[in-house]
Amino acid sequence: MSTKAHTGHGDGGHDDHGHDSGHPESTFKGYMTGFVLSVILTAIPFWLVMSGTLGSNQATAVAILIIGAVQIVVHMIYFLHMTPSSEGGWTLMALIFTVVMVVITLTGSLWVMYHLNTNMMPMDPSQLP
Amino acid sequence: MFENFDLQKAIFGRLTLESLPFHEPILVVTFLGVLIGGAAVVGAITYFKLWGYLWHEWFTSVDHKRIGVMYIVLGLVMLLRGFADAIMMRAQQAIAFNGSEGYLPAHHFDQIFTAHGVIMIFFVAMPLVTGLMNFVVPLQIGARDVAFPFLNNFSFWMTVSGAVLVMASLFVGEFARTGWLAYPPLSNYAYSPDVGVDYYIWALQIAGVGTLLSGVNLIATIVKMRAPGMSLMKMPIFTWTSLCTNILIVAAFPVLTGVLVLLSLDRYVGMNFFTNDFGGNPMMYVNLIWIWGHPEVYILVLPAFGVFSEVTATFSGKRLFGYTSMVYATVVITILSYLVWLHHFFTMGSGASVNSFFGITTMIISIPTGAKLFNWLFTMYRGRIRFEVPMMWTVAFMLTFVIGGMTGVLLAVPPADFVLHNSLFLIAHFHNVIIGGVVFGMFAGITYWFPKAMGFKLDPFWGKMSFWFWVVGFYFAFMPLYVLGLMGITRRLRVFDDPSLQIWFIIAAFGAFLIALGIGSFLVQIVVSIKNREKLRDTTGDPWNARTLEWSTSSPPPVYNFAFTPVVYDHDAWWDMKAHGYKRPLSGFKPIHMPKNTGAGIILAGLALVTGFALIWYIWWLAAVGFIALIATAIGHTFNYNRSFNIPTQQIAETELERTQLLQSAGA
Amino acid sequence: MTAITAGASAARAGAAKEEPVFYVADEHEHADGGSTLLGFWLYLMSDCLVFAVLFATYGVLGGSFAAGPSPKDLFDLPLVALNTSMLLFSSITYGFAVLEMQKNRVQPMLMWLVITGLFGAAFLGIELYEFTHMILEGATPQRSAFLSSFFTLVGTHGLHVTFGIIWMITLITQVRMFGLTDANKRRLLCLSMFWHFLDVVWIGVFTFVYLMGVLR
Repeated sequence: MSTKAHTGHGDGGHDDHGHDSGHPESTFKGYMTGFVLSVILTAIPFWLVMSGTLGSNQATAVAILIIGAVQIVVHMIYFLHMTPSSEGGWTLMALIFTVVMVVITLTGSLWVMYHLNTNMMPMDPSQLP
Repeated sequence: MFENFDLQKAIFGRLTLESLPFHEPILVVTFLGVLIGGAAVVGAITYFKLWGYLWHEWFTSVDHKRIGVMYIVLGLVMLLRGFADAIMMRAQQAIAFNGSEGYLPAHHFDQIFTAHGVIMIFFVAMPLVTGLMNFVVPLQIGARDVAFPFLNNFSFWMTVSGAVLVMASLFVGEFARTGWLAYPPLSNYAYSPDVGVDYYIWALQIAGVGTLLSGVNLIATIVKMRAPGMSLMKMPIFTWTSLCTNILIVAAFPVLTGVLVLLSLDRYVGMNFFTNDFGGNPMMYVNLIWIWGHPEVYILVLPAFGVFSEVTATFSGKRLFGYTSMVYATVVITILSYLVWLHHFFTMGSGASVNSFFGITTMIISIPTGAKLFNWLFTMYRGRIRFEVPMMWTVAFMLTFVIGGMTGVLLAVPPADFVLHNSLFLIAHFHNVIIGGVVFGMFAGITYWFPKAMGFKLDPFWGKMSFWFWVVGFYFAFMPLYVLGLMGITRRLRVFDDPSLQIWFIIAAFGAFLIALGIGSFLVQIVVSIKNREKLRDTTGDPWNARTLEWSTSSPPPVYNFAFTPVVYDHDAWWDMKAHGYKRPLSGFKPIHMPKNTGAGIILAGLALVTGFALIWYIWWLAAVGFIALIATAIGHTFNYNRSFNIPTQQIAETELERTQLLQSAGA
Repeated sequence: MTAITAGASAARAGAAKEEPVFYVADEHEHADGGSTLLGFWLYLMSDCLVFAVLFATYGVLGGSFAAGPSPKDLFDLPLVALNTSMLLFSSITYGFAVLEMQKNRVQPMLMWLVITGLFGAAFLGIELYEFTHMILEGATPQRSAFLSSFFTLVGTHGLHVTFGIIWMITLITQVRMFGLTDANKRRLLCLSMFWHFLDVVWIGVFTFVYLMGVLR
């Protein structure tokens, strides 16, 4: 119990190390790595779409979505300095929660509205009564 | 080009003398009443020279306790307005039979039901909940203020600005006639070109900023400012529910902001999000607004659950049964509340797969809620229960909320919902959970923490009067609506054809009348308590023999809350301290660092109010000026780096000595 | 202070008879603003959800052209690529500003901030050019639900960049007036989060709106 009481306080505002304890120093190397990676990750999708290398639109769409997601992670790590330990893990936790909420909002809306449109707006004449 | 230049339009936008509703006798009389009452209040404040006191000690205060109290006062004042709307509706529906048109014209009736919903949710329930959290949370976690004290003051005044806009719509122009969620296409420009919906939009947007910021503020407070030793699983339950509620606020209110921005763009710029043509889709609005709307329900009820947990444990004289399961139930509700929004529009036509998913998630939510109920029951089991007023509200809640919850599960079945959608059954259901859950919870909370805030208890006799009128009134007012709903009567109707229904509406109106007596008794209770405050005085700081940290300090607490930051070993920290024969430290005080009061919050909110009013009435120059002034003031405020001061040791020693003497005189 | 807490805990765990210490007797002052970065991050998370709404709306209504122009007719990918590079450059230059801030070098820090602001302004200029171009072609926000949601999503991002630049100017003034104080450093870090957050949103925009739009 005693140790628990103490660790629980580790993330408290009364921390000895002051306010910037959870924020690691940024480094030139970190920023440059992030920059180079994000330039590459930006260039590839533009190239894919503009050249149509992958052939099918669907494959290209999946590819650029994945690359976009990777680039977001790169930015999070190298530019926004997301680490599991910053602010006692609370920033990461807030981020994960938000990502879940964003996914629910996006996919939920798309799913709901797609079904609504297929059910309520029969565009194919054969579906009309 | 200047021949067509209309000077009056340029200066006043669409605001003309005809905008003032002189043709509506009810409004004129109300306006006169407000005018006389307002003049009396202003006159009294001036006569007793209270302006300076109010400004320096309250309006500009960054003390979370004062801001909390102001929130609650705002909520109670708005409750009177919201309830006035309610009783007008009940009266209209009780008499509009047998060819009678009742006394409210359709144009007015539609505004009333909209205003009732908007006010009760945004300007009664929200301020009461936010006020309680503001007051209690820092005290419960052993902090001296919230994380961002200035922001707290600003948030409060933004909420007030929103409330002022809604009130202004009563006498300048009109309010929305769309129902409380303003569904398009009705709320779009084509069908509601008047100012009503614009009042709605800007009132909610301005108040929404305040709500969002106070959410951020309280999360940061709970995360960063807990007393040493208070790990997450040692936080009091009310703090837990507050944390979850504020997480919901931060995750849900942006959605409301976003969707209202889209609606404004439709209305002001002529875009086509929710219109009937050019590819717009009104159902997208319904979808988005309920992504906010359902979590909102839990934003309101979770803190009430927290209140009941504290009250049950205190008045049963026992530890809360199943603390851990209570925490997990709260967290599960928080997440699940995001997965059920479609149950508000099963009838939209998304089809069987979508409807069954959301039906099932809705039913799942009742499981953690049920777990909570059993926790409270087991806490009471074999406890030494003291039926003081807060405990009475809690027991009434348990009985009432279960009925509301069960009708909710009924409505979660999509085929049943197709029958009951938008019927009075639904109205009865959500009033059953919101009154039985949130309102009872807020009354329990206010009664429970009133001595902490004011230094004296509320008079129990009038509290019990209020309690019985409310509870009995509630059942009279809403049980008939279940019956009517099952008979297929829909909501928001102004006149009725079938005379056999009238009796039910009369019973409901009688219930509303009883509730009016309940509200009256509550007001009498406050007056009587202030008169008898010496007899009701709480000298110990712990009038209920309670369990959490807020009761370890004096009532009312000093500005700095705690002379020494407490150290916590248990979630019932104060109980733990009492059990170990805790002795108050009487010396060794150190200066305490506190934030300074500032008028910036009220000024910023005032500018937001002006901007909002100008946008509603198309007074573009004023909107531009107001907005620029708003930004400039905000930037100007950041140039003030000198925002805190130290309370000297001497002053703390004096305050603490006073408390020591008070405790001795009480023989404690 | 931590030592006292630890001591109290140890006392409690070790000997039950010994009285636990229930308050912090020797409290030292802690600096203001310890919660600012977390609080600002929480605000950004809420902003994220505003964008989620706009993205969802674009996702649902983005195909409703109402017989008007479609992304293929309107989007100029080389221009978007140029715009994206502006934002990427501004990101790395803000990073350099933060590095200079850590070394307490005011002048270089200010220089990088100014450069960042200029890149941001260039981004806005290109975006405004694109918007005017589209509007002059008749593709106004009122033309279709697709265009409404496009202009609103991209415009909201642009509005954020605008406020970022205003904030940057304010901060440049404040650093020049008051130096690199703790408060100013904290604000610079907040703006850094804001600026990089806008980058992240822009990744979503160019992927989901522009590139996917052309594929549609």
